[in-house]
Amino acid sequence: MPDVDTGHRITGTVNGAAYDEVVDDRMTLADFLREKLRLTGTHLGCEHGVCGACTVIVDGAASRSCLMLAVQADGTAIETVEGLAEDGELNRLQAAFKKNHALQCGFCTSGFLMSVTAAMREGAIRDEGHAREVLSGNICRCTGYTGLVKAVLEAGE
Amino acid sequence: MTTMIGTSVPRREDERLLTGRGRYLDDLDLPDALAAAFLRSSNAHARILRIDLSAAKELPGVIAVFSGADLAEIQKPLAPKVLHPQLKDFPRLPMPPEELHYVGEPVAVVIAETRYIAEDALELIDVDYEVLPAVASTAAALEPDGPLAHSDAESNVAVLLTQSAGNTAEALRTAPNRLSEEFFVMRGGGHSMEPRAVAARYEPATGQLTIWDTTQSPHYARQQLSVIYEMAEDDIRVIAPPDVGGGFGPKAQFYGEEVVIPWVAKKLRRPVKWVEDRQENFVSAMMERSQTHRIEVGFDDDGMLLAVKDVIEHDQGAYCAGLQVPSITTATVPGPYRIPNIEIELRACYTNMVPTSSVRGAGRPQAVFAMERMMDRVAEHLGLDPAEVRFRNLIQADEFPYKVGITFRDGSPLTYDSGDFPRLLEGTLDRLGYAEARAEQAKLRAEGRYIGIGIAAYVEGCGLGPYEGAKVRLTNTGRVLVTLAAAGQGQGYETVYAQIASDGLGIAMDHIDVLTGDTSRIPFGQGTFASRITATAGPAVLDAAQQMRVRLVDTAANLLGCDPAEVGFTGDRACLNGDLEKSLSLLEIARVANIGKHGITLPVGISAGLETSSYFAPERAAYASGAHAAMVEVDPETGGIEILKYVIGHDCGNVINPKLVDGQVLGGFAHGLGNAMYEEAAYDAEGQPQATSYLDYSLVSAAEVPNVELFHIHSPSPLNPLGVKGAGEGGTIPAPATIANAVEDALRPLGARVNRAPVTPARIVEAIHGDEQALAEVRGS
Amino acid sequence: MKPGRFTYHAPRELGEALELLQEFGDDAKVLAGGQSLMPMLNFRLARVDHLIDINRLGGHLGEPRFDAGTITIPALVRQRQLERSEEAARVLPVLTEALRQVAHPQIRNRGTICGSLAHADPAAELPSVLSVLDATFTLVSARGTRTVAAADFFLFHLTTVLEPDEILLEVSVRRPPPNQFSAFQEFATRRGDFALAGVAALCEVDGDGVVTECRIAAAGVAPVPQRLHAVEGLVTGSRLGETSASEIADAARAEVEPTTDIHASATYRSRLTGVLVNRALVDIRTKQEAAHA
Repeated sequence: MPDVDTGHRITGTVNGAAYDEVVDDRMTLADFLREKLRLTGTHLGCEHGVCGACTVIVDGAASRSCLMLAVQADGTAIETVEGLAEDGELNRLQAAFKKNHALQCGFCTSGFLMSVTAAMREGAIRDEGHAREVLSGNICRCTGYTGLVKAVLEAGE
Repeated sequence: MTTMIGTSVPRREDERLLTGRGRYLDDLDLPDALAAAFLRSSNAHARILRIDLSAAKELPGVIAVFSGADLAEIQKPLAPKVLHPQLKDFPRLPMPPEELHYVGEPVAVVIAETRYIAEDALELIDVDYEVLPAVASTAAALEPDGPLAHSDAESNVAVLLTQSAGNTAEALRTAPNRLSEEFFVMRGGGHSMEPRAVAARYEPATGQLTIWDTTQSPHYARQQLSVIYEMAEDDIRVIAPPDVGGGFGPKAQFYGEEVVIPWVAKKLRRPVKWVEDRQENFVSAMMERSQTHRIEVGFDDDGMLLAVKDVIEHDQGAYCAGLQVPSITTATVPGPYRIPNIEIELRACYTNMVPTSSVRGAGRPQAVFAMERMMDRVAEHLGLDPAEVRFRNLIQADEFPYKVGITFRDGSPLTYDSGDFPRLLEGTLDRLGYAEARAEQAKLRAEGRYIGIGIAAYVEGCGLGPYEGAKVRLTNTGRVLVTLAAAGQGQGYETVYAQIASDGLGIAMDHIDVLTGDTSRIPFGQGTFASRITATAGPAVLDAAQQMRVRLVDTAANLLGCDPAEVGFTGDRACLNGDLEKSLSLLEIARVANIGKHGITLPVGISAGLETSSYFAPERAAYASGAHAAMVEVDPETGGIEILKYVIGHDCGNVINPKLVDGQVLGGFAHGLGNAMYEEAAYDAEGQPQATSYLDYSLVSAAEVPNVELFHIHSPSPLNPLGVKGAGEGGTIPAPATIANAVEDALRPLGARVNRAPVTPARIVEAIHGDEQALAEVRGS
Repeated sequence: MKPGRFTYHAPRELGEALELLQEFGDDAKVLAGGQSLMPMLNFRLARVDHLIDINRLGGHLGEPRFDAGTITIPALVRQRQLERSEEAARVLPVLTEALRQVAHPQIRNRGTICGSLAHADPAAELPSVLSVLDATFTLVSARGTRTVAAADFFLFHLTTVLEPDEILLEVSVRRPPPNQFSAFQEFATRRGDFALAGVAALCEVDGDGVVTECRIAAAGVAPVPQRLHAVEGLVTGSRLGETSASEIADAARAEVEPTTDIHASATYRSRLTGVLVNRALVDIRTKQEAAHA
């Protein structure tokens, strides 16, 4: 239930689908996606911008959804992990994650997928050093990153 | 049919996790659940004089606020997980009404429409504390006439325990060489990316509580709650959600929040959900902190160990949530070496910091740090090569089972079941290119660069009892269901146990499902911790599956009119000599043996109800082992460390899914690297936590973790039919020792000593320059 | 970690924003990138009754201006935007170098240059860079506009001369002459972390290879970016590389008085500053010699 004393109407798209919702002043974008739109693939690991589990793409830029307010999403196009699969099939990056055992508990995975997706749009992944740099903005506590590096190199050619 | 055990089967879990369809606790559809937030003590040691909840209760959107005194009926001690008869134990209450003993301890709980409002209400709670002196280190804890962590205590000692074999005092006295040193190891928290969470719903019509909990030990939680709530165990259902975002130890413990939330849900007759945030996780999730090891070794001129004495000062925190960490440390010190005289004295101390409990590695990294640093010092003292000194002392492959002479944390004599320590260390050093690395080191040293090589070997007790179980049932849809009590947090149980069941059943994995972590589905279980599940649940699944195969084959043979020896499985069909024309599907078998025909006598020879179960109780712990080696370069101006090469040799016996095991070892290594160089749970002298966000507490990213060369040898365990051991912690355990050995080796020309973990750039520079700070800090916290 | 209540405003015009700040000033904060403010709100370390989101002010506030004599960075220029600007890399390389060290791309996508300056974290990279560039800060409020020199803008930890009703509208720097060479060096625990210490340095070198102007600013060793005037004095008037590294390191160490915290001691930070100053000067010398070749 929102704090209903002030309501802001926000419209925009998430994964290409339009939404039209009312949010209060302080609801974060992460909570909006998870609670209002029930897109629970975006996760909260730290709520201060470091772990990256909440990373989504806003108007083409990878952003921490825990550091944005839902009201700020008005008029934007947001992409979340739920929008990556193509016709119900894992996309190239997701398939590379699976093949290379780039996930264990999966909690950080959505954030990694979105960060890497945004990075790959900027250009090919040059080498391992570049892959590690691209990955360095997200934290994984399970895998030790080896599988993630391999997946990014494979998909980012 | 191909054997599944030993195959790197891709994980079933991945599809949903990659597409954002994981079901972690906070994702579950509990639309009517109220949110909870805990007010936590801001003092390390304080009495509650007065607590005023009135303003908080009046905030619109707040449903209820409870202090500890308001929930007096559940303020019963949470039992330590591992005890000792001599343990001086102080009651750890779910939400103490009177005296608080660490920053972060729960004081009150707010239940509200949203978490936002609940946090608003926390700010309106008014508490008058009488602040009491706090103990913030083991040194302070052992100070005579110093402050007491518990005001009704006589001292801060939790327990003093000595384990010994042989006559260490005499052996040290007469040893040709003796060295002693003091090492300080500070570890940190588990920091699973998903913090803790608990949700609960009470059904008045049945008197049953359903609890969703990110716990690693659902049955343990249920048992504790059954006692505290005075409810029958079958009226409490604890479910670890299908997906849990990491555990690493802290979620295996049992916390006050797990008692408060379901109780409040029952009181209010409304579902309640508490999702820990990271700030809470930093201060109130259990962790490992400091141990000081004062270790002395006696050895001959060939570097043969004659005696090891280690006095361990261990920070147990505000309460003893269990003695597993220090008792594991004690048993891990001897490692893979033949040591005729051992004396290990443990001084576990209470402090006013969050209780200590296992974090990946569980007390072993500290022991390995002390022992492996000393091995390097022994080598230095004699002018011998550190690898050579280790080889001379290693237990040989033909000496198993090897009795060390002291007791392990599982209560059994410390007896290594299998292994090949020399082969493991050789393999590691070969892959490092040890001889070439030493030559390279000499060359670069001459150029004024600081290159070091570090080695560390260890033995890891794992696969602990008392038991773990599995049920296998042919469901009425014709699929085989394997049910484990164990709860996973990313280890791939849905895949791995389907592999084992497939081999046991002789039926392809496609027809097998795995269910985990629900106390209502299987009555008995222990939990995921101490790298134990593969070695306990694995054999249980294998046995239950093999039993089920017999049942299925017998039933099919009866219905097909043939001998059981002629029945095999193709897909989901039981076939006579491989002939699909003469076969029955699992569904058809289920219809006969499970569903039956209403009121009609069962066909002769058919047993009703196709379900089997098996509980495997290992005779004692199994012992995995490993050897790491690293080559590093240290920048003496900044103290920066670059890892040039890192090799991990690992032996966890037989392996069910090689790719997943590699993932465990490499993931563990990253954590160990964190302990080696980055993570420090710092508290000030008043017991105030100093690192309470990721801006101050560093978890390694992909940029900090080097590539690792990982290889395995396989010394199967004789203690279970699968020959498996544990794989979850081996990557972590020797990493701090390996890095510290390498850094000290690099700085040998400067005579700088590394006596502390984590080894940070600042401490390296201080050690080089002999700044007073460095010397003062060795004893500090 | 949910923020406390506040009233959110999203003005569309600068005038509107300034009026809101005039009305609510003491109880308001400006939200630009949010990468520093939102964590503080989530931790409830910062509390506001009114949040003035300036992201909708749009237009020219999001575009850097590269004029003949001046480069101007208005309030809504994102860190990543400038980091990827080829023109910025050519004209203000020290800024581009420093931007690459700031956190991670996901933070830099939304974080603004002016926002980082207004936040004034002592360990942040950008304040030291804009100090060494002798930037001019333009502050605007309903009461009018004023300019402040970099040396005067930063007061203390997280404190600048910005009044509650003011917005940092833009920062501008003189276009560097062709004989100016610069470097940024920092040492942090992990990639992207706040620096244990950082140094932004620039030198102008005449036709004989003599340093005619040297400016060095250190980050993370004082409550504000600290110009190392004693070191600057040592370097000015000589050729690059002429003054010994140990003399420079000693001067730098003597000039700074950092604090001890859980990450590093004051002694370490002082030593580190000396090391980084030398590395920056070596880098400058390399660039100068390459340009001369």
